[in-house]
Amino acid sequence: MATGEPLIVLDSVNKWFGPLHVLDDVSLSVGRGEVVVVIGPSGSGKSTLCRTINRLEPINSGTITFDGQALPAEGKALAKLRSEVGMVFQSFNLFAHKTILENVTLGPIKVRKEKPASARERGLALLDRVGIANQADKYPAQLSGGQQQRAAIARALAMQPKAMLFDEPTSALDPEMVGEVLDVMTSLARDGMTMVVVTHEMGFARHAANRVIFMADGKLVEDAAPTEFFANPRSERAKDFLSKILTH
Amino acid sequence: MHVFTDPDNFDAYVSGFLWILKLTGASAVCALVIGVLLAAMRVSPVPVLRGFGAAWVNVFRNTPLTLVIFFCYFGLFATLGLSLSQDLDLNIYWLGVIGLSVYTAAFVCEAVRSGINTVPTGQAEAARAIGLSFAQTLRIVVLPQAARSVIAPLGSILIALCKNATIVGTIGLLESSNIMKDLINSNGDAVIPIFLVFAGTFAALLIPTGYFFGWLANRLAVKR
Repeated sequence: MATGEPLIVLDSVNKWFGPLHVLDDVSLSVGRGEVVVVIGPSGSGKSTLCRTINRLEPINSGTITFDGQALPAEGKALAKLRSEVGMVFQSFNLFAHKTILENVTLGPIKVRKEKPASARERGLALLDRVGIANQADKYPAQLSGGQQQRAAIARALAMQPKAMLFDEPTSALDPEMVGEVLDVMTSLARDGMTMVVVTHEMGFARHAANRVIFMADGKLVEDAAPTEFFANPRSERAKDFLSKILTH
Repeated sequence: MHVFTDPDNFDAYVSGFLWILKLTGASAVCALVIGVLLAAMRVSPVPVLRGFGAAWVNVFRNTPLTLVIFFCYFGLFATLGLSLSQDLDLNIYWLGVIGLSVYTAAFVCEAVRSGINTVPTGQAEAARAIGLSFAQTLRIVVLPQAARSVIAPLGSILIALCKNATIVGTIGLLESSNIMKDLINSNGDAVIPIFLVFAGTFAALLIPTGYFFGWLANRLAVKR
């Protein structure tokens, strides 16, 4: 549940890709421990929104504040901020030339200068937590999609982040592997991790989210509790979207 | 084969190829270092560095190597007074290494850069997302994966470099092609055999090199 001052604050954020206005005056705040699920049709700007929070996408105007500090420009300060924000990608993006355990320990060793032995120990514990400790010495290509995504979550958690960003974490998975990834995410949410999750998994939005954000055409259209949003969407755009995905 | 049974001729033949090997070895190391740095500049977020890298590649890749080597001798040494050794041969040798290195580095840079482009952007994004700096991202995540796809092209560049080393003969180093010319001048009756021996020696050196790089590239191919 949301408590105290917000951890992530976006204020009047605008971004263009050429002539395309992908983020149109978006303001949003995410409290500590809050789980915010972002949904919306393709091209609505939800992935871009997620990627602006650790500045993988720079913005054109507005401000983004993380833990009380404005996002720094490219450089050491930005690298430090990124190390405090975990990110999970749609395509996993595990380092292809490193083993699963090396993927998980790389950040702690190279960024946090942690001792390899202790990073290894923590890494194995995290892999155990996401249920793939027995895959530690394999390479990413040897794992299933679901296992790779869980390894990617462990890699992000290894940095002991203050928040986690999930950019469509289950969209590239075979259907039978979606559940195992969502289970890990649900347990993270239950443990009080601050999460911003871009997803099409309405089940996850219903049972794990504190708030649902609905985006369309670069605008933040609705911001409501999941029960309220799914039962009584206010905007026509959201009603239309929900009628299309929930009738199947 | 009476030409090569003469000890003097044989020694000249050996020393000619030793110069080639020394030129190739030193230039390969320098060109690799400079080329990788240039590639890093060309993919860096700093416009000045990107411009410098692009300018280097455009200048040296599009200038005949003979001109570059001539400039090293007549420009750097004869005009600007850059002397790299008291020994005449060694001085020409090092001038040759400079020319070969700056020229070959342009090709190494482009091979490495195209290798970097084969690494999915998600790899660099994931590296940045856990807080690695630009240099760390390149060194730890991108270049090791790029290396595997640049090995074969680097092999071709090394082979070209070895043959290009004969151009240092034009500024007076007694490397293999100069030795061959001398032997042909004094043994007009054995032109074809002399030619075949020199060509065969290059082939004997370079064909295994090509196969070695092909084998290495296969061995290190990255699984996705």
